[in-house]
Amino acid sequence: MPDSAQAMPADTILLSLAIAGTPDAVSAALQALFTGPDRLSLPGDTGTDVQIVLAEAMNNIVEHAYADRPGQIEVTLWSTPDGLKGRLVDNGAPMPGALPAGTLPAMGQDGDLPEGGFGWFLIRQLACDIVYRRQDGVNHLLFRIPGRQSDALGMACAETGDNVANWP
Amino acid sequence: MELTVERVDGAMVVRVGTSRIDAAGAIGFKEAVRDRTAGETGPVVLDLSQVTFLDSSGLGAVVAVRKLLGPDRPLELAALTPTVEKVFRLTRMDSVFTIRATAPAGLRHAG
Repeated sequence: MPDSAQAMPADTILLSLAIAGTPDAVSAALQALFTGPDRLSLPGDTGTDVQIVLAEAMNNIVEHAYADRPGQIEVTLWSTPDGLKGRLVDNGAPMPGALPAGTLPAMGQDGDLPEGGFGWFLIRQLACDIVYRRQDGVNHLLFRIPGRQSDALGMACAETGDNVANWP
Repeated sequence: MELTVERVDGAMVVRVGTSRIDAAGAIGFKEAVRDRTAGETGPVVLDLSQVTFLDSSGLGAVVAVRKLLGPDRPLELAALTPTVEKVFRLTRMDSVFTIRATAPAGLRHAG
């Protein structure tokens, strides 16, 4: 059996909280978590990367899943031997179709530079093992931040392979 | 949205006094910069030294500012903090904008 099937050391919960599904609540929560006096202590670029991924994924939930209803977003982060794992749970509308490919928008000419479409590109640049599940009317988005130099990301993701089976 | 505007060597230096340009503040940022630069002329330098976080909405707002200034008023960015720099680099927007390592010093900073 591959190593990944062996028992893993217990993952440590770093964070578990519920945030109102509004742009202001997401902004305030991220500011407190990553720049406030009680901010999370994370190694290297992990803090930067997870803040960007959380911002993009949570703003997508606010903008799309909760477009026509209020609701909360549950955020959980775990410290694991493979980096930081994260989970976002919401009760909003299901994500239509497959997860976005996250390709970089065409740069166009000066007058028509893209003003959007970067969200999933950033998520896919910075996170690995991204899984979306719709279960009993609830959306779950899982991801892992490998916690190493993210400019060589494709490689960092491939090295540890698909650890989706280890998702909590 | 807190903005401070100074003229330095013919350029309009817009110092952004907020720590985040994100989904919650992107529209306010764009409108504030538009209002402060309207009716003026010359290049604009956006001093981002106080901005510690910018997401894709903030990035879109900076692009929108560049567009509304138009081709006759070049927009440069200055003093990007590490997270902001990373978003520009990952999205290749660092090749679209002229980015200065430091913001032009104005009267407030003169020795």
